[in-house]
Amino acid sequence: MSTRLIPPSTELTQPYWDATQRGELVIQQCQECTHRLFPPRARCPSCGSAKLSWAPVSGKGVIYTYTVAHRPPHPVLVEQCPLAIAVVELEEGPRMITNVTGCETSVVEIGMAVQVAFESIDDSNVILPVFKPA
Amino acid sequence: MSLRGVAAVVGVAERAPTRYTGEETILELLSGVAVDAVKDAGFSLAQVDGLIVHPIGGLPGFVPATVAEFIGLQPTFAEVVDLGGATGAGMVWRAAAAIQAGQCTTCLCLTGTRRRRRPATSASKSDSPRRPQSIRPSHDRSPQAEFDYPYGMIGANVGYAMLATRYTHEYGLTDEQRAKVAVDQRTNANANPAAIFHDQPLTIDDVLASEVICEPLHMLEIVMPAAGAAALLVTSADRVADAKQPPAWLLGAGESVTHSSFAQAPNLDSTGVGIAARAAMAQAGVAPEDIGLASLYDCYTIMVLLTLEEAGFCPRGEAGAFVESHNLTFAGDFPVNTHGGQLSFGQAGMAGGMSHVTEAVRQIQGRAGKRQIANLELAYAHGNGGIIAEQAGLVFGADR
Repeated sequence: MSTRLIPPSTELTQPYWDATQRGELVIQQCQECTHRLFPPRARCPSCGSAKLSWAPVSGKGVIYTYTVAHRPPHPVLVEQCPLAIAVVELEEGPRMITNVTGCETSVVEIGMAVQVAFESIDDSNVILPVFKPA
Repeated sequence: MSLRGVAAVVGVAERAPTRYTGEETILELLSGVAVDAVKDAGFSLAQVDGLIVHPIGGLPGFVPATVAEFIGLQPTFAEVVDLGGATGAGMVWRAAAAIQAGQCTTCLCLTGTRRRRRPATSASKSDSPRRPQSIRPSHDRSPQAEFDYPYGMIGANVGYAMLATRYTHEYGLTDEQRAKVAVDQRTNANANPAAIFHDQPLTIDDVLASEVICEPLHMLEIVMPAAGAAALLVTSADRVADAKQPPAWLLGAGESVTHSSFAQAPNLDSTGVGIAARAAMAQAGVAPEDIGLASLYDCYTIMVLLTLEEAGFCPRGEAGAFVESHNLTFAGDFPVNTHGGQLSFGQAGMAGGMSHVTEAVRQIQGRAGKRQIANLELAYAHGNGGIIAEQAGLVFGADR
């Protein structure tokens, strides 16, 4: 059961969502300064280059911080609460928002090693990355 | 070039926060406090040649012109500021800067929101009574809508809860220490008839017994959204003597925008809160220990604690111990948010952030009634927007 607010993709971000269909997590890398970045941009936020390409990441990360939402942040999430919402720091550096699934919310902690997993969103074709304990 | 002593706030008006407004339009609400602030200063509408507003729901464009026409102004400086809860503070230094640049002489800073009571939602759920369905967003197509909202990272509760978790991990912080902020500010609100929670005592046990919304944050350490409005009139140094009220001189201002999504926030030891606060105090030529009133944005208790450290009022990592060992009430040894803070005063949209500025101004002017701090010379007001994303800090002084 995964009812959610459906992510509004754009032409820029489509490669990210195409990759999730394949069970892959990809982020952009600058071809000029090698900076790896997320969320997606049109220009490298470090050097300004337009030469950004998409490349897979390992899917490994650690929890930088988290909370457990007891009240649903949105009615569409009512059946997923209590819900562990986290900032995960990828092995490659960038941070992203995610949910920690596949475990009791009480075991989630800062520093926990996690691995990306993929979840389909009900009533859509979208596959959403989430993270589970590694 | 410095803003120090260029301008002062000479007029204040506020509509006390209420849970809901009635049929009054936003223009009616805003024009009321606007005119009241001008009259409070003893000026005429004709003398007001600057106007700063924020984006207004229901007015898709032309906001300054629409508001100016409704009030009866023809400003030579017209601006929209959109910095979330830092908007009010951000407006005041921009007014001073416009005055310094010679683009206007007397500028209104105007904030407020309506809040209509919604009808029961059972009708809208009639299509799917058994389970919710995934929803496509209609008009928010931002990176946050795409990469944050699907995970429940919506609104502010989640972000500030995550901030509290990280802070606690790095420095240690107890529920009781956070609750002390809410409790001392309620004492302040009980001396402020305009506060939405006026005359409602609060204890640490009450806070900790309230529902946990997002771990570790309880309901009673989270602001209550309200309707209301607040306006300030800023004028040039050479017009201050014309005003009916004593001036609250703007001595320093600082601002910082660091991110939008909380996943992109800088680490706790280098947030925009410190950048803005230090810049404001440096411009004013003051140190944290010179400040007699800390009027600090308090969407959540954790925000006050973070700001106390970032602004240099206490050492890094010691905010919890600091609030435990100090009396933060208007009668105490370290007054914080003497109006009750938004936690007890209420958060009327961007007028919530403005309330920290209006309280600092009133205290400097000697108009804080029962909660007046004796011999106050310097006040610091801090505004914060998003999830610690947008910051503006102001130093006010009784003397130029």
